[in-house]
Amino acid sequence: MSTMVHEGQETRPRGAILWIALRAGVLFTVLCGIIYPLVSTGLAQTLFPDQANGSLLKDKEGNVIGSELIGQSFSGDPSYFHGRVSSIDYKGEASGSNNYAPSNSALISRVQASIAQWQQDNPDVPIQELPIALITNSGSGLDPHITPQSALVQIARISKLTGISAVELESLVSEFTESRDLGVFGEKRVNVLKLNLVLKEKLEK
Amino acid sequence: MDILQIVIVIGVLVLIAKPLGNVLYHVFSNEPNRTDHVFGWLERPIYALIGLKQRGGMSWKRYALSFVVTNLMLVAIGYILLRMQSGLPLNPNDIGSMEPTLAFNTIISFMTNTNLQHYSGETGLTYFAQMAVITMMMFTSAASGFSVAAAFVRGVTSKGKTIGNFFEDFVKAHTRVFLPLATIVALVLVALQVPQTLDPTLSLTTLQGATQQIAIGPVASLESIKHLGTNGGGFFGVNSAHPFENPNPLTNVIQILSMWALPASLPFMYGRFANNRKQGWVIFATMMALFLVFLTVAYTAEKSGNPLLNDVGIDASQGSMEGKEVRFGIAQSALFTTVTTAATTGSVNNMHDTLTPLGGLVPLAEMMLNVVFGGKGVGLINMLMYAILAVFICGLMVGRTPEFLGRKIEPHEMKLIAIAILAHPFIILVPTAAAFVTELGMGSLSNSGFHGITQALYEYASSAANNGSGFEGLADNTPFWNITTGLVMFVGRYISIIAMLAVAGSLTRKQWVPETIGTFRTDNALFVFLLIGTVILIGALTFLPVIVLGPIAEHLTIR
Repeated sequence: MSTMVHEGQETRPRGAILWIALRAGVLFTVLCGIIYPLVSTGLAQTLFPDQANGSLLKDKEGNVIGSELIGQSFSGDPSYFHGRVSSIDYKGEASGSNNYAPSNSALISRVQASIAQWQQDNPDVPIQELPIALITNSGSGLDPHITPQSALVQIARISKLTGISAVELESLVSEFTESRDLGVFGEKRVNVLKLNLVLKEKLEK
Repeated sequence: MDILQIVIVIGVLVLIAKPLGNVLYHVFSNEPNRTDHVFGWLERPIYALIGLKQRGGMSWKRYALSFVVTNLMLVAIGYILLRMQSGLPLNPNDIGSMEPTLAFNTIISFMTNTNLQHYSGETGLTYFAQMAVITMMMFTSAASGFSVAAAFVRGVTSKGKTIGNFFEDFVKAHTRVFLPLATIVALVLVALQVPQTLDPTLSLTTLQGATQQIAIGPVASLESIKHLGTNGGGFFGVNSAHPFENPNPLTNVIQILSMWALPASLPFMYGRFANNRKQGWVIFATMMALFLVFLTVAYTAEKSGNPLLNDVGIDASQGSMEGKEVRFGIAQSALFTTVTTAATTGSVNNMHDTLTPLGGLVPLAEMMLNVVFGGKGVGLINMLMYAILAVFICGLMVGRTPEFLGRKIEPHEMKLIAIAILAHPFIILVPTAAAFVTELGMGSLSNSGFHGITQALYEYASSAANNGSGFEGLADNTPFWNITTGLVMFVGRYISIIAMLAVAGSLTRKQWVPETIGTFRTDNALFVFLLIGTVILIGALTFLPVIVLGPIAEHLTIR
């Protein structure tokens, strides 16, 4: 039976539309708004519990110290690798940035301040080597990654402060450099929290 | 590597668009086929529960009425739930109910497939509202748009038949397209680290001993339909830039393809309906040609970076990284931006407000044209509208009555099309001007000068195109912006859809004109050029002045 029929077949009064629409509204609210997300949650929690609960990172003692997907602020301690600029200081209950336009003078002054801070903390590394990604605000304010170059330029400072040799730090950075997804998508990157977690363990030895 | 990864994504899209278009044809052609057995067990009880006893064809007026009334019911349900959310279950983070103008804006925004968000998900919505209002509307608004597109295509292509039955289309769009796809994509995203839980916000002690709170929730189930339905509203404030919504480049690629595949497949569905697959290729080629131009501009502009930062003496070779995520870099960010505003999704994986002036021009222009792939159904409708216009203009030039797919295009249809085409710039430019003459509008701009103009313009272009991305620096959660953008989204969605359904209804009643040697062909390369020309001509005539005042002027000042 084909349902493609000639016009005029549907003869019921227009009031019927109201009734069908109301019932469809309630039904699809339940189906798409309650059943679908709950079934998805059940499947996700059964099949992929770690991922479904936020990819949490634990230290050696088994304490949860963060999520590998959410950056943390290390800017207070120059002996750690620093992440990117975050106007919300990596406060994960929210997300966002200042949304400075490229022509906004506040953007330029913030960058100038970052450069001045860099020169103070890293007297051995000229600003020509300072990658732009390290002193720009990420979109989310929670970016867990820095570029490999952004990690390498911090080694001189960290080596001086911690006494760990530059060579050892370099091999640490290269060990924690993640490749592009499937070898082609996205960018090479270093997870700052994972890197600092190992750095901290080295320091405590 | 940048170019290669972009080319791969586009290549995959081209490979899946055509077969997907065939699938959609089988869903909406209403001819009996194998998939009826697979989905019938789910559809029969749904038809019974909503009281749909006969599924006969509808007149265009009845179809439009069913569409509007169903949307109205969903708006009512959603509005009530938002206003009462604090007292409903699944509110582990003790979030309050929404105030009236914000609830009005939110509900219009999601029903019209816009997903402009004047709230922030972490602090503004309970888990129940994220599911039963936001996720639900992502399904129903996409299914509504899809149904209308199917009806319009039937009207343009079928000989003397009806445009279909709205409720049947609406149910099938859910059961055969969106629910199965969304479930699969949601699980893939979870496997790739997108969270899906009902637990409250995480609280933990960081490596340095500080306390960090991390918002979490049923993210993946929203994320999948957000893109499949070209909705675009994020679970979190920063949308797909948030590492929980979009944790790695692979999820980024999946999200890009999810939002792009269905709009790109619709031209092929149309080709099947028209019984002339070349018609589908013509529409697809036009969309892809415009898309590639926009993508090139966006990528080049972002890769070249912000001149003001390139001059401070640092290593700025990576490009403009302000507002972008390291895992995506320039290539995946520029591609996402171009696709999300082409497919009128409006999700973002980088902050559009921070784009370089020419990079920001791309999403703005795509929303102004509103035909480069376009959102669920509406993009195809708009492109066919331009196709009819192109035929009409050519007909006038050679002094012949214009025909489209074997039917005469006459003043009645052209009037309706003119209404639909003119409504779009009207509801962008007039409110933008209004925002500049009132303190209510001006007070919300966070960037001064030319960029401020772009901020307001972008907000209304995004509303009118039912896109939903924003220049998020704009402090837009005020009654002025909530109400004006709410109205613009409403008009932007329903005026053009109803006008185009009327065109479809009028075309089905027309005499069939046999094709002759003198018939102007709409299925060849020449027509692709004419169509691109028409789109650009109308777009440029309408929007060039204001684009010069905004992004172009900003570009010239910082160059």
